[in-house]
Amino acid sequence: MASLKELKNRIGSVKNTQKITKAMQMVAAAKLRKAQEAAEASRPYSDRLNSIIINLAGSMADATDGPELLVGNGKSDNVLLVVATADRGLCGGFNTNIVRKAREEIVALERAGKTVKLYLIGKKGYDQLNRLYADQIVEFVSLKEERKLHAGIAQNIGEKITSMFEAGEFDVCKLIYSKFKNVMEQDAVSTTMIPAIAAIGSKDDASGEHAADEVFAPDLDGAIYTYEPDETGILRVLLPRNINTQIFSALLENQAGEMGSKMTAMDNATRNAGDMIENLTMQFNRTRQARITSELIEIISGAEAL
Amino acid sequence: MADKINFSLVSPERELYAGDVDQVDIPGTEGDLGILPNHSPLMAAIRTGTIKVYEDGSETEFFVQGGFADVTPTGLTVLAERAVRLEDVDRSSIEAQITTVEASLENLTGEAALAARQNLDGLRAVLAV
Repeated sequence: MASLKELKNRIGSVKNTQKITKAMQMVAAAKLRKAQEAAEASRPYSDRLNSIIINLAGSMADATDGPELLVGNGKSDNVLLVVATADRGLCGGFNTNIVRKAREEIVALERAGKTVKLYLIGKKGYDQLNRLYADQIVEFVSLKEERKLHAGIAQNIGEKITSMFEAGEFDVCKLIYSKFKNVMEQDAVSTTMIPAIAAIGSKDDASGEHAADEVFAPDLDGAIYTYEPDETGILRVLLPRNINTQIFSALLENQAGEMGSKMTAMDNATRNAGDMIENLTMQFNRTRQARITSELIEIISGAEAL
Repeated sequence: MADKINFSLVSPERELYAGDVDQVDIPGTEGDLGILPNHSPLMAAIRTGTIKVYEDGSETEFFVQGGFADVTPTGLTVLAERAVRLEDVDRSSIEAQITTVEASLENLTGEAALAARQNLDGLRAVLAV
């Protein structure tokens, strides 16, 4: 049995750990609130942009000669997976879930005979995927240095992806990130960014519940939209922007998810530490009592022997 | 004048303005547009410049960079890539942008150069305010 001093030390160290996890939980809770607000504040923009694209795409649905970003370049051999994860660990299964989703996608795509390239955002995803698919990673961005997510970050990434597409480096682009449902639930999802029409046509896995408010295409009372410049001109500017926006909102969702996940993980850790302290204290007291009892027995038997 | 137009200005980060107003002036890529209530449906790309919102005799100005104006019967929505109130504009960052755009201008041709020049004009105009 462990000595009293040893037990005391262990209790002390668990208590310290508990203090840290408690603090991390509270920090995560505060950050979560901010991240949620940011994610909500960005929603009007992405919703509107989405409805505009649907509008435009609808009006030129039969035109297969639309911009390649919209209708695709007719091939689907090379797939670029943009995987967004967090830069920090200690947030439960958050990163692992995204990576698992990414791996499922990779396996499925490769089985279908496609070439997969990886564009990674976030260090944790890179660490995990680098072990398996090191030669398929074309780019890795860490956002650790950024103190606050802003649209410029997403813009840089989006422009890079757009120019890669224009250079013909890939045909289809998918974005994998974690959708924030609530603090307990984050779903790793994958959406198709390029061609944009695929995302509109099949509101599949990614935004199943989002599809409902997709229907707010404006009622024009029979009037016809005037475009300035013309539709293709607008689409040409709008589609790259849509990619940036999708990345930005994915990053925001991720941030909220990471914080939510971290909060839950740290809450569990704090509780576990509490349980451990309780057990150790019990053991400590028992050991102490056992020692006192045995000392008493020694004294009494010593006195009796006299 | 009873008629008002519902106007909202949103940037990727947040909604900057929402409310009923009398008139909004927008810098379109093909020229400035004044949007009044009951405007016909319109979708216009916007350039770097200032949006002017008229409401009950007072004017609010926003600096915007790139984006779209969408006029529907329910109102006007401006989706700006970047938008700040004119008085909050960070002059030093604009100056920095001017330098980068000027530097990139030499390598650009055709439409891209035109767009860059338009951007440059807008940036300079803001500094002149």
